[in-house]
Amino acid sequence: MKHYKLMLCALGAVIAGQSCKMKDTGTVVQGDAASKVYVAPGKYDEFYNFVSGGFSGQVSVYGIPSGRLLKVIPVFSVNPENGYGFSEETKPMLNTTAGFVPWDDEHHLALSQTNGEHDGRWIFANANNTPRVARINLGTFKTDEILEIPNSGGNHSSPFITENTEYVVAGTRFSVPLGEADVPISSFKENFKSVASFINVDQGTGNMKIAFQIALPGMSLDLSRAGKGPSHGWFFFSTYNTEQANTLLEVNASQKDKDFIVAVNWKKAEEYVKAGKGTKMKTRYYHNKWNEETHSATSELEQEVLVLDPAELKDMVYMIPCPKSPHGCDVDPSGEYIVGSGKLAALIPVFSFNKLMKAINDKTFEGEYQGIPVVKYEAALHGEVQKPGLGPLHTEFDGKGNAYTSFFLSSEVVKWSIKDVKVLDRVPTYYSIGHLCVPGGDTRKPYGKYVIAYNKITKDRYLPTGPELAQSAQLYDISGDKMQLILDFPTIGEPHYAQAIDAKVIKDRSVKIFDINKNKHQYVAMGEKETKVVRNGNRVDIYMTAIRSHLTPDNIEGVFVGDEVYFHITNLEQDWDVPHGFAIKHAANAELLIMPGETSTLKFVPDRTGIYPFYCTDFCSALHQEMQGYLRVSPKGSNVPLKYGIGDTAPKAVAAK
Amino acid sequence: MKKLTAPGRYSVLLVIIFLATLWFFPMWRIDLKAPQYPGGLTMTIWINDVKDDVDVINGLNHYIGMKTIHKEDFKEFVYLPATIISFIVLGILVFFWNRKTGYYIWTGIFTAIGLMSFYDFYKWEYDYGHNLDPTAPIQVPGMSYQPPLIGYKKLLNFEVLSQPHVAGWLFILSGVVLVSITFYEWKQSKKMV
Repeated sequence: MKHYKLMLCALGAVIAGQSCKMKDTGTVVQGDAASKVYVAPGKYDEFYNFVSGGFSGQVSVYGIPSGRLLKVIPVFSVNPENGYGFSEETKPMLNTTAGFVPWDDEHHLALSQTNGEHDGRWIFANANNTPRVARINLGTFKTDEILEIPNSGGNHSSPFITENTEYVVAGTRFSVPLGEADVPISSFKENFKSVASFINVDQGTGNMKIAFQIALPGMSLDLSRAGKGPSHGWFFFSTYNTEQANTLLEVNASQKDKDFIVAVNWKKAEEYVKAGKGTKMKTRYYHNKWNEETHSATSELEQEVLVLDPAELKDMVYMIPCPKSPHGCDVDPSGEYIVGSGKLAALIPVFSFNKLMKAINDKTFEGEYQGIPVVKYEAALHGEVQKPGLGPLHTEFDGKGNAYTSFFLSSEVVKWSIKDVKVLDRVPTYYSIGHLCVPGGDTRKPYGKYVIAYNKITKDRYLPTGPELAQSAQLYDISGDKMQLILDFPTIGEPHYAQAIDAKVIKDRSVKIFDINKNKHQYVAMGEKETKVVRNGNRVDIYMTAIRSHLTPDNIEGVFVGDEVYFHITNLEQDWDVPHGFAIKHAANAELLIMPGETSTLKFVPDRTGIYPFYCTDFCSALHQEMQGYLRVSPKGSNVPLKYGIGDTAPKAVAAK
Repeated sequence: MKKLTAPGRYSVLLVIIFLATLWFFPMWRIDLKAPQYPGGLTMTIWINDVKDDVDVINGLNHYIGMKTIHKEDFKEFVYLPATIISFIVLGILVFFWNRKTGYYIWTGIFTAIGLMSFYDFYKWEYDYGHNLDPTAPIQVPGMSYQPPLIGYKKLLNFEVLSQPHVAGWLFILSGVVLVSITFYEWKQSKKMV
């Protein structure tokens, strides 16, 4: 009997032990999370969240707090879904000195600002691999401009922006020799440079122009932020590999106790440019611009940049030592504090702009780095956040004196107070957060309210989809003292940085249609009466129109194998949300999506005889299924005359005599 | 011949002002609402034009074979302004002549214009709603699409609401003023006898 009791106890202990697991990630959400993220059908989200696509090369747009995907804007990668990079009009957008590049790795976004606040005009994006900066129009949600960056090895510390959108920066993550020089890799120290490009933005058109490049010593420019308020006129870049290693960086670039935050006085740089102190350098880079009236892009080769040498031009660049390979380099809303996040450090240094200015004035330097003064660490330091977590990466702000820093290694968001550098709260992320975003978190007036974590690892957050998973973002409510996880939402590509803007700033300016009367496309057909087919050698231009629910002309004959056929489709609709699509059998490129009032061109080269159906791909009306036509392709050299039409005007068989 | 009373005489100016609004505001509005048009569609009819979502409505109407609406097709847009301008000129004469008889005639003419306008509008709506293209893609047996002259009607997936706009209301009010004053003047003249 006693043994029996003992056995029961042991069994009980085993069962009890089973429930003593480690904390489950599923149990973290509590309280009224659902009601906080519920946006009822027909209601709108409070914020637009623009999220970089990472290796997708695109920008995705989510609604916050619902986490609903609203749109994917094609930027650096082709998009067969709407013909971006496939239509004749959009192909020049992806033109580079290396030819047509259909993909890139996009890391960061920057909403245009006025007086340090998001103004909703444009959003800029960087291409890391083939260095470029793009400008997206937030009226049309279309990429309006792409500028290639010469003298750059990888455009990572980009496209950070000044508080009135005076400049967008492009700093190279991989230092490279200037020009296209062929040098031994081991000559890194002598020949390699880290170029920071300052791109001027025209306030009316938004057009970008490389105003000047600062050729910094060879190292890695990682991330960057503009000063604001009192620090307006300065730009801060984090660096790693100041060891100047060119191999096994994992070890060799982690040797020094401190790397630098580079402080650039761009107002001073402007003075040097004005005084003609820059060196004009021959180079080449493409500048691609979209024209909303011709509905077409042009690609122009630029051949010169102005380079400034900081070792020669004094008082323009200073270095602040920052512990252990800093990654994030973030400026608080007041513009006074600069947060450096050493990704291998166990603390977060916070620098004071006032102290930095004083140190520069008093020449409190600890030495020079390649001719650039290095300010004493302590002289510029406001304070260090002690034991914040492991692997700090990025910091955003809520405008109430608090900072939110992401920690990759310890997989958490830590809230701390800027004034007294004290940790206030911490929440886990699932899993391994990279960037984070507080709506307006990089401006002078953050909206606060939420912090969004963009995680690098997804694992078990959603239903499994094989080895390749969606990326995972998480939304936290930060309106109270404690941060509260309220939503998981999957994202496309691999988001790095993201920004969120009050929906009100953008929503009412969203373009609904393009005015057909302003359509200046070379091949527009202003109405069905102007549709035609023109042959010129083996080039055939088809001026076609689309309106519910027919394509005009819809019967075309007299096209031969090997002809270069250009379908120029004008969407005659002038009503919101009536795009038409266009596809033709065997087309080796993609479809077109043509917005109301727009003209787009699909090139088609038939390789065999036959009848090729074409049709509208975007369900447009009750008779969408009938929106179709035929192209007859005859053998090369046959005598089938060029004929086309629709209805009564369609080509008819010639009656036998 | 009896002179007009002061209110009677100045009502002429009031009516002229009311009618002048026809050049600044629409006469009529027809609102359409359907599930796929959450904001609704509006067509406004002016003394010499049709405006707002006319192109969108034309785009939709081809499904059921209704004629497209074009400003140029309406001779009313020439006649109606001419008629109203003539009527206003007559009004100025009535004002200066200052005789009750003039006022009575003026009211009579207005009544004729008003009735003819409404009849013409109804006829246009009837023709527009019944005279359908026999090759239209959508044909619902027995269905016609005549919009209501005034009020609400459901036409297939569209709800239609037709009503006067600012200038239309003032046109109707002009009629009310004219008839009331005519009655008032007539009573006054009887009193004096």
